[in-house]
Amino acid sequence: MYTLIAIAVLGVLCLIAEIFNVRKAIVPVTIIGLLATLGLTATGLNGSADTYNNMIVDDNFSTSFSCLFILLTVFLIALTPSFHEKQIHKISDFVSIKLFLLTGAIAMVAFGNLAMFFLGIEILSISLYVLAASNRLSLKSNEAGMKYFLMGAFASGFILFGIALIYGAIGSFDMTVIQEAGTSADVEDWFYIGAILLSIGMLFKIAAVPFHFWAPDVYEGSPALTTALMSTLAKVVAMAAFFKLVRAMNVNLPESSQTALMIVSILSMTIGNIMALKQTNVKRMLAFSGISHAGFMLMALLAVSTSGGILLYYTSAYALAGIAAFSVVLYVTKDKDNEDIFNFNGLGKTSPLLAAILTGALLSMAGIPIFSGFFAKVFLFGQMLKAGHIILVIIAVVNSIISVGYYFKLILAMYTKDATENAKSVPFVYSAVATVAILLNIALGLYPSFLLDLLT
Amino acid sequence: MDVSLLLIILLVGAIATFLSGDKWASKTALLFSLAAFGASIYLLTLYNSGQNISLMLQWVAMPKIYLALGSDGLSMALVLLTTALTPLIIFSSFGNSYAKSKNFYALILFMVFAMVGTFLSADGFLYYIFWELSLIPIYFIALIWGGGNPQSRKKAVVKFFIYTFAGSLFMLVSFIYLYQKAGSFLLSDLINVKLTSQEQLWIFLGFFLAYAIKIPLIPFHTWQAKVYQKAPAVGTMLLSGIMLKMALYSIIRWQLPLAPIAAKEYLFYFVGLSVAGVVYGSIVAFKQKDIKKLLAYSSLAHVGLIAAGTYTLTLDGLRGAVLQMLAHGFGVVGLFFAAEIISRRYATGKISEMGGIRIQAPKFTSMFMILVLASVALPGTFNFVGEFELLYSLAQRSVTICIIGGTTIILGAFYMLRMFQKVMLGDKNEKFFADINVNEGIVMVIIIGVLLFFGLYPKPIIDLITPSLQEVIKVINRI
Repeated sequence: MYTLIAIAVLGVLCLIAEIFNVRKAIVPVTIIGLLATLGLTATGLNGSADTYNNMIVDDNFSTSFSCLFILLTVFLIALTPSFHEKQIHKISDFVSIKLFLLTGAIAMVAFGNLAMFFLGIEILSISLYVLAASNRLSLKSNEAGMKYFLMGAFASGFILFGIALIYGAIGSFDMTVIQEAGTSADVEDWFYIGAILLSIGMLFKIAAVPFHFWAPDVYEGSPALTTALMSTLAKVVAMAAFFKLVRAMNVNLPESSQTALMIVSILSMTIGNIMALKQTNVKRMLAFSGISHAGFMLMALLAVSTSGGILLYYTSAYALAGIAAFSVVLYVTKDKDNEDIFNFNGLGKTSPLLAAILTGALLSMAGIPIFSGFFAKVFLFGQMLKAGHIILVIIAVVNSIISVGYYFKLILAMYTKDATENAKSVPFVYSAVATVAILLNIALGLYPSFLLDLLT
Repeated sequence: MDVSLLLIILLVGAIATFLSGDKWASKTALLFSLAAFGASIYLLTLYNSGQNISLMLQWVAMPKIYLALGSDGLSMALVLLTTALTPLIIFSSFGNSYAKSKNFYALILFMVFAMVGTFLSADGFLYYIFWELSLIPIYFIALIWGGGNPQSRKKAVVKFFIYTFAGSLFMLVSFIYLYQKAGSFLLSDLINVKLTSQEQLWIFLGFFLAYAIKIPLIPFHTWQAKVYQKAPAVGTMLLSGIMLKMALYSIIRWQLPLAPIAAKEYLFYFVGLSVAGVVYGSIVAFKQKDIKKLLAYSSLAHVGLIAAGTYTLTLDGLRGAVLQMLAHGFGVVGLFFAAEIISRRYATGKISEMGGIRIQAPKFTSMFMILVLASVALPGTFNFVGEFELLYSLAQRSVTICIIGGTTIILGAFYMLRMFQKVMLGDKNEKFFADINVNEGIVMVIIIGVLLFFGLYPKPIIDLITPSLQEVIKVINRI
């Protein structure tokens, strides 16, 4: 609870700082504030409390995911000033919107009540619409913002309608009541309709196939930093929230919902991967790769009672690799008008460090040891085999092989093509963020139990 | 003192090489590879004196994963092969200059680190990590420092990577499946799992895919010749000399003990497939116009015979396989080095552009001749010992297969000698060919020395590996 308040206050402070003209202090102060919040939140692990009539629940699930979100936001905010160099006078807006987005994100995993959940998802979404359209002179960015807004508003409508139906069936917004209702007595039919609508809305937000059509266009059109945010933080948030919802409603849901989830998961993996193979634009490619990773993460929902720790591990591995990859992409495409692969030609020669980091991040996403992406996949496959989904695992393995195809396209461009431009010095913040993110990724690989044990 | 010492030396060596800068990189790498060789000799003496040099630490509690490094005669033999070849391979590269050599040599040491780890791991998960880890460095070595047309090199190397990665993933699924039954990845726990023969078959095939691609057996060999041709000489030596032994070793260490019923039931399919590779490799080798490609296909034939020996499930087969792995490791590195010596002087791999070298370079010619004879398993060379045992084991299972497999010697003699004739003999070549220099000579003499010494006196190695192979046979026959 205090995490939520602290971050909201930080956001407001940012706006006030602008009034008092201490623009330079905004980013450092925010980062320090966030790190302090992160430390304080982490001390709350292994405790459990509910506040405001069970509106917010602080258990291990919400606390550990909150920590992950705060960490990701720190990275994204650190990248903000150099990315928005030309709009430095608006820095307070960019930072505070990200902070408000973070409050929404935390509300989405810490909710104990569907009303709180909806508040969270709206705060997160509205911040994202604004960020997507934040490059207001660019037609593409405007298009992305508009598209995202229309699609997102639809999805929110579905979610709200679903919540209403669930309320109609159970008579409460409270998660514990909803959870108990299924075990005690038969639930009304419209509970299922509500749950389906809620799931459709969430799958929209996650960008799982067949609800993914908005993602590539929005990812490509948005400013690259926003794309980074959407494909790491926003995706992970939606995934965690969906997990929590399914876990609460699991006892009520019929067997067929498992089958449906499995189909969505297989479709997301496969279609995301196949589409990614054809992309020449790196942002689009990462968007499709994100769709396929969403498919992998959805697998965790098939064994919802035991795979909380694995989902946390998978999302952390994926998001950290994503941050590392995107900070390199941000640097390379900073002054370019597109993000095509040829911009990466010869990066291995012009800036070996960044090329090595991007390689590491892509290897992690492809699932190659010692990066944590590999461990995440192994744990996930192990869980699925335990639950008896052997076909699903084989399809996932085949997809991992396909994904090597497009990740290596980028690696090949960096190491085998000649550079199109001369080496120039890399701004400190890009290499710092990328290095820290990839090191954390590797550290997670070496100490997997650190995260796995939190939620078991 | 335990075997982790070796891994630490190699990992530190890789980092030190990277930090030492381009000028000193090759020498640093050589120093550390010699240190690793010394360490493995030291560990061998400890092992022979009966000390426990294994390591066992818990790494992850849930799922249960151990940092388990075991060592028996089998592992030690392969580790010795690796650490003995590494200094030779590094030293052999002193005649070439590589751009960004600190990256190059650091990657070599890192790859050796991963391969040694593969040979030592006693935990399936750790084993898999090392197995995969060895793939990344060779990918970059072949990609960045390889020769030939960049476009086709890129295609060949990516094909190689995707192929081997795909195979390994199915092995991983097999491991995870076994873990669900055993509750641990330790080899000693995994072999106690009770599986139906149907399950064993799937596990066996999962492993088989990984190993058949890496060895390679037909029809999974299509990546091999191109990669051997395009990779830099060092990369080819690492691939053919050590890396494919990883797969052959793994058959004995992991695949057969974990799925013995399937191995017995389908014995002739796998022996037959391996022997088919022998014949196929020999015939295709005839037609090759490029010396590196010819050697690649001859290697395909030889490793096919080794794989056939392992799948016979006889003590002779396993022992012959290990002996031949060592012999082939040294032999093939020598042959590829000879090809490299020629290409340093003539800058070509085409056999038609060679010839008439003998008159100009008598010393090189004699050394090359010995290597060629060793590769066709002339009695008195190390290869003969291994090949003899392999053929004997085939005869124990089926005389027909033994005869077909035996063609490898006849066919091998034919294409190797024909290649030697075309490359070395004939009228004096118009292009100047400097005879072998001191650095190159040292590498050649050591390799030939090893091949001849163990050809005449293979007892130390047989004594080293036989007890652990008997153990493997006992595990295979437990049901």
